[in-house]
Amino acid sequence: MAINIKQLPKKKYVMPGNAACPGCPESMGFKYLGMALGDKAVVVIPAGCSSVIQGLWPKQGFGLPILNIVFAASASAASGLARALKRRGVDAQVVVWAGDGGTADIGFQALSAAAERGEDIIYICVDNEAYMNTGIQRSGLTPYGAWTTTTHTGKRQFKKPMPQIVAAHRVPYVATASVGYPWDFIAKLKKAASIRGFKYIHLHAPCPVGWRFDPSLTAKIAQLAVETGAWILYEYENGRLRLNPPSNRLIDPSKRKPIEEYLKLQGRFRHLKPEDIKMIQKEIETNWEEIIRTLKVQGDL
Amino acid sequence: MPKLVAMRGNEAVAYATKYARVEIVAAYPITPQTIIVEKIDELISKGEMDAEMIHVESEHSALAATYGAASGGVRAFTATSSHGLAYMYEMLWWTAGSRIPVVMAVVTRAIGPPWNIHVSHEDILMTRDTGWLVSMAENNQEAFDLTLLMFRITEDPRVYLPGIVGLDGFILSHTVEPVELPDQETVDEFLPPRRQPYVMEPGEPKAMGNLVPDEFFEELRMDMQQSMENAVKVIKEVGAEYGKYFGRDYSNMIDCYRCSDADYLIAGIGSWMGDAKIAADKLREKGYRVGVARLRWIRPFPWHDLREIAMGKKGVIVMDRSLSTGHAGPLFLEISSALEGKPSMVGVPAGIGGVDISHDDVALFAEKAIQLIEENGRVYIPVMWYHLGKIFPTYPSSGVKLD
Ligand code: SF4
Repeated sequence: MAINIKQLPKKKYVMPGNAACPGCPESMGFKYLGMALGDKAVVVIPAGCSSVIQGLWPKQGFGLPILNIVFAASASAASGLARALKRRGVDAQVVVWAGDGGTADIGFQALSAAAERGEDIIYICVDNEAYMNTGIQRSGLTPYGAWTTTTHTGKRQFKKPMPQIVAAHRVPYVATASVGYPWDFIAKLKKAASIRGFKYIHLHAPCPVGWRFDPSLTAKIAQLAVETGAWILYEYENGRLRLNPPSNRLIDPSKRKPIEEYLKLQGRFRHLKPEDIKMIQKEIETNWEEIIRTLKVQGDL
Repeated sequence: MPKLVAMRGNEAVAYATKYARVEIVAAYPITPQTIIVEKIDELISKGEMDAEMIHVESEHSALAATYGAASGGVRAFTATSSHGLAYMYEMLWWTAGSRIPVVMAVVTRAIGPPWNIHVSHEDILMTRDTGWLVSMAENNQEAFDLTLLMFRITEDPRVYLPGIVGLDGFILSHTVEPVELPDQETVDEFLPPRRQPYVMEPGEPKAMGNLVPDEFFEELRMDMQQSMENAVKVIKEVGAEYGKYFGRDYSNMIDCYRCSDADYLIAGIGSWMGDAKIAADKLREKGYRVGVARLRWIRPFPWHDLREIAMGKKGVIVMDRSLSTGHAGPLFLEISSALEGKPSMVGVPAGIGGVDISHDDVALFAEKAIQLIEENGRVYIPVMWYHLGKIFPTYPSSGVKLD
């Protein structure tokens, strides 16, 4: 979907003076959410950084209606809300804006059930790869090798393949996105909003605080994740997988930047030994192999 | 024209949601609650009820979806029991603290382990501190009436808190009794369209449940306490109005049976208070002037009414179908705190986990309690267990020799 910046709303959906850390990927992402969906969006936010970024009552740092909710309940509360608005004939798009913990761990059950019921909502996982709001503890989406305050020597397990897990529910739309590629994210949001049923977008969101990098580098690190092949941009539309640029050019491993370029800028990978880097490389290969296999089965490769 | 129909307690609750024009129901099955949602689903399928069912994967989600639906501006309902209620405990606080009126039926049941699906009041009394209004039915008609009343009361701007209607597992939920169903038109007059403090609308940036300064958090709790006090007024007013519309008056928060000339009162909640009334008659035949004070409301606690009824009596015997382990029955604690310990007080935990208690049992332990009071002048016994026809040693120690 071609996006023309002139046609996007000028309105600010993330207010100055909100409580985000400098260089926060979540406020970047939320801004794009507002640009894509405008005043139609009604957002459900479970516990996490974005519950804090909104700021203290009676102020409100986000320019959209927000229903805050307990950690495990976002997909369920959104289901009820979306159905109520629809019954009342209100033209709205209910969006869940949840972190990696709220999605892959504690909120997973409710997410899976809402997907199975085919609730008409967009579920966005803003994945900063740890429980940042409570002080950088590991989650099911923390990648292999990463230091967190509960994996001092580096996590020993791989990231849960959330987009594939959700796609396995056979929902009409699943996509990955990155705060380093706003147009791609905005286009995916717009597409998701045009589809009825359960939509899932997994937004990669490098966090300067938890990943230990300079706040000026958020977009660059997000882009490096994609350019090195560590984060892949794709979408499943009715079960059919398609790679999106620039990831579609990176099927050939020689086109990818070396993973070290991505890792070396982040303090959370400072302790890595060469064998850890090998494991990370292996995880990346596995993810690509899976994608390539699917594309071949579909006859697209 | 109102019509008399024989139905189980669970069905009575389901019909009440239909008459209340509930639009969204979210629930998860748990015995003995299941019939409520099965019946609602059936009413929806037959086109008799214009509502949607959200078939959630857990009770935590059941209340979350109910809360979401109510936040979106429609009348919403859920029902649960026991473990299900325990599982949604976090959402109980979230709903009440958001001042979002919803109604939930709690079919009372024991909480394991070991597994036990029978009646007990641990579950419903666990909700006391959450900010929900809590009521308890004695029979199926009352389960129906309280459900309709609860929508009206919780949606009153002076209250704006969610509410629970309790009914005893199996004893009411699965027992067929005659229930009078009203006309829809009369219900529509009694229960106007839903009101709530705020509705989530696209294009209106507002945040519900976001971070607040500590002082505001405390002030919100103070407000909720004020609303509970207002609720006392609203319950009486709306309860009297209910009487005018439907012929059954609910202006009393405590249902009194032969209280006025009584020396001793048996107090408690739920269906077994019907047995207590029979026991009171029997004890009167033996020469003891006994009455029964059945609490229809647990939150707001009918503090003033209870004092008016019970102060100056010789003794109050509290039947508790649960225990705050390590202290006494929750109702005993509630009632004794309201009465400053002036009458003698005896707390009787009994019937826990569905152990059958008949009017003979009630008469037996009530008589024992009365004798203790008459022999000792004044007693204060928080726990006098009654189990399978016997009275058991107590904790905390009351200093009274029981046998
Ligand atoms: S910890 Fe990271 S994600 Fe959270 S507010 Fe700060 S920068 Fe944003």
